[in-house]
Amino acid sequence: MNKPKLVLIGNGMAGIRTLEELLALAPDHYEITVFGAEPHPNYNRIMLSPVLAGELAFDSIVLNDLSWYQRHGIDLHIGRRIVAIDRERCTVTADDGSMVSYDRLLIATGSRPVMLPLPGKDLAGVLAYRDIADTEQMIAAAACCRRAIVIGGGLLGLEAAYGLKQRGMEVDVIHLGPWLLERQLDRQAAQLLQTSLEARGIRFHIGRQTQELVDDGRGRVGAVRLRDGDSVPAELVVMAVGIRPEVELAEAAGLQCNNGIVVSDSLQTFDARIYAVGECVNHRGVGYGLVAPLFEMAKVAAKHLAGIGGASYPGSQLATRLKVSGIDLFSAGDYQGGDDCEEVILSDAGAGVYKKLVLRADKLVGVCLYGDTGDGAWYFKLMREERTLSDLRERLIFGETSLGDGGHQGQNRGAAMADSDEVCGCNGVCKGTIVKAIKEKGLFCVDDVKKHTKAASSCGSCTGLVEQILSATLGSDFQQAPKRKAMCGCTDLSHAEVRAAIRDRHLLDIPATMRELQWRSGDGCSSCRPALNYYLISTWPHEARDDPQSRFINERAHANIQKDGRFSVIPQMKGGVTTPAELRRIADVADKYRVEQVKVTGGQRIDLLGVNKEDLPAIWSELGMNSGHGYGKSLRTVKTCVGSRFCRFGTQDSTGMGIALETMLATMWSPHKVKLAVSGCPRNCAEAGIKDVGVVAVDSGWEIYVGGNGGIKTEVAQFLVKVKTGDEVLLYSAAFLQLYREEAFYLERTVHFIERVGLDYIKAQVVDDAEQRDALARRLHFALDGVPDPWRARVDDAALRQEFTPLPVGRHRTQETL
Amino acid sequence: MMHWQAICRLDEIPLRGSRVVKREGEVDIAVFRCADDRVFALADRCPHKGGPLSQGIVSGHKVSCPLHGMQLGLEEGRALEPDEGCVGRFPVRVVDGRVELDTTPIAP
Repeated sequence: MNKPKLVLIGNGMAGIRTLEELLALAPDHYEITVFGAEPHPNYNRIMLSPVLAGELAFDSIVLNDLSWYQRHGIDLHIGRRIVAIDRERCTVTADDGSMVSYDRLLIATGSRPVMLPLPGKDLAGVLAYRDIADTEQMIAAAACCRRAIVIGGGLLGLEAAYGLKQRGMEVDVIHLGPWLLERQLDRQAAQLLQTSLEARGIRFHIGRQTQELVDDGRGRVGAVRLRDGDSVPAELVVMAVGIRPEVELAEAAGLQCNNGIVVSDSLQTFDARIYAVGECVNHRGVGYGLVAPLFEMAKVAAKHLAGIGGASYPGSQLATRLKVSGIDLFSAGDYQGGDDCEEVILSDAGAGVYKKLVLRADKLVGVCLYGDTGDGAWYFKLMREERTLSDLRERLIFGETSLGDGGHQGQNRGAAMADSDEVCGCNGVCKGTIVKAIKEKGLFCVDDVKKHTKAASSCGSCTGLVEQILSATLGSDFQQAPKRKAMCGCTDLSHAEVRAAIRDRHLLDIPATMRELQWRSGDGCSSCRPALNYYLISTWPHEARDDPQSRFINERAHANIQKDGRFSVIPQMKGGVTTPAELRRIADVADKYRVEQVKVTGGQRIDLLGVNKEDLPAIWSELGMNSGHGYGKSLRTVKTCVGSRFCRFGTQDSTGMGIALETMLATMWSPHKVKLAVSGCPRNCAEAGIKDVGVVAVDSGWEIYVGGNGGIKTEVAQFLVKVKTGDEVLLYSAAFLQLYREEAFYLERTVHFIERVGLDYIKAQVVDDAEQRDALARRLHFALDGVPDPWRARVDDAALRQEFTPLPVGRHRTQETL
Repeated sequence: MMHWQAICRLDEIPLRGSRVVKREGEVDIAVFRCADDRVFALADRCPHKGGPLSQGIVSGHKVSCPLHGMQLGLEEGRALEPDEGCVGRFPVRVVDGRVELDTTPIAP
């Protein structure tokens, strides 16, 4: 059977990204033909500036080499321009007369640089700055000519000026606008930028207009004459005054164009067979010239082409960065402000730092940063999330670090780090490795970097740093993580949407959930299955089916897997209290099973390390103790101090309180691990300030704190409420934890959950509303009621022990016994 | 000449799961059963840092190593892109509901 034919016009980043997305979704759906006017395979256009500056070679910016096209059976025609589209016959014609028919057509013709209609614009030595050919000509000119003029002080113009300067030319920039980058910067920031570029030897003619390009007498440009009469000599002139969508072809074919090919939210043109993506497009009246939105379009168009409908492109919010080494500027949104806005400005001209934040109705709507842009990505995130700022306002201008959220080792200036500095401490990845991968493998977002370098893929504490490095390397083309993130590659739905669907449609097992929510892969993946399993059992306790195969091994084997594939065993020791009899049994087991190491944990228990999986059930049986759950997304432990029974400072029985809490919560599954502590006085020996729920006894009762974390980033718990009795401690703790269980996303710790929903919301549910508090606690008790200790269950039930039994080979079983 | 040995009934391997065949002095073998009841056998040692693949989450025809999450295709015994690495494969089949394994590795 013949496959439908898909033809792509334009072998650039937007078009090819659409094909990549399409091939991932439906590898064999189409017979694909690609026409590209340039004589190259798809390359990373945004890396042309580093190539011009001599920081990168051409070869290293190719994104898809010829073998990629071959591997996917794509018929590639490079150096071949399409000259006509016949929409009635569904064909396209190339400049060599060849004709190809299509069932679906994808137009990604990009844009062309605007050439000012000046006298002399056709002289030799007058260029635009758009593609490899332009860049090559500029590099060649730099080798033999001395003076260059760049017309246009926008992003591209300044990058061209910097690149030519790096190549040893004298460079003048002529800019008509009132200040540099007037569409990205306010006047103050632009002045700092200009000063800094002048210090690098670039001269500026601001607010001045070009009149004519003057012939040197031999058909080559020799000077630029300005409207005010002055003349500036130059042997190379680069026009960088903007781009215009390349719509000639589409217009001639009768497709509706209006400063771009007009497309719907599904990236369809007015002809339903024809899609368009990239810079050639006008979407809701906006054209885009940066990579991030083009890739967002590519995703949506690919889904429609693959026949997976429903996706829609809502438009993009953009941030700007300049790719000039050593100059840091960042701007996004409405950086100019207006009457209904407030501005927060920090200006230190001597240090070359300028920060301006524009707020409207308690939300960030614009950012303009110069000199210190480390917080650009963070501000942009606040903008996109439309987060209310009342709680951050005082320290907002000082950045994320001032909020105690500066990342691992306090390193928070990705751009300032040396190539040899380690970024990811978990996987030993240095900055240089990340930068190299970004440039040479064509990476655009944090997920790409995770996949290719492993940086930020373990504990995640360096994600912010990786974002900064991406953003400094790619400039404005860095792709921010989307505001609303799909759960994983198997679905477009977010965690919140999946959770809501499980609740609203009363879904009870994973296959039904995947069917109902149209999972892309029938089986899910190792990231969505554990999440779904948690959502099901926490939403419908005693009803939904717990699927062990969708749990991480630790929760299936009820032990913690070690680096050599063996396991560790931590028996429950409520409140850190044990007995001589228990200690003897632990010692006997450790001897009998030759446990490699016996260690006291940070959670006041004893850990037996280096246990073979097949020995686990016997060890549990001989210990005669419950599981300490030191392996699960569950309650881990309740740490306590000695308390009033023995301690001369103790005000309450903290040990007893800890035991009561641990007894109540022992079999609780949760979105992530949960740790508690109870201290008997404000000296806080149990370190309750860094626990998910921390209880501190005072003479008149108990203080409850929530959202602390002693892990990757130390987070101090926030005060929730003070109560009088131990029963109230149990009630409020239960209510808070049930709220967390019901509303947090899988793998979200309490601190991040509270950060997302706000402490005020938690207080409204747990403290202010007695009815809601009781209901939450009741639901927790219902969920935990009758859940057996998992070790005991496996000791008692042979079927559950199958997991732990290796298969014999050869001697024990024959065909007859099977 | 194949040397098939019966190791268990198919239903003794959990769906989307695996069992381990322990061997003295040689690498253990992980026998996987996928959602479509296809069965694969790989050396139980991840090419990344030696993790026991048998303990990983199985989805489609792939397994995710429990130690650091490297994904391996079960058919080819090869890490999924962009990771690199491969792991030994063993012939395995299902006959009348019995899983039969040949412990001679498939030549790479």
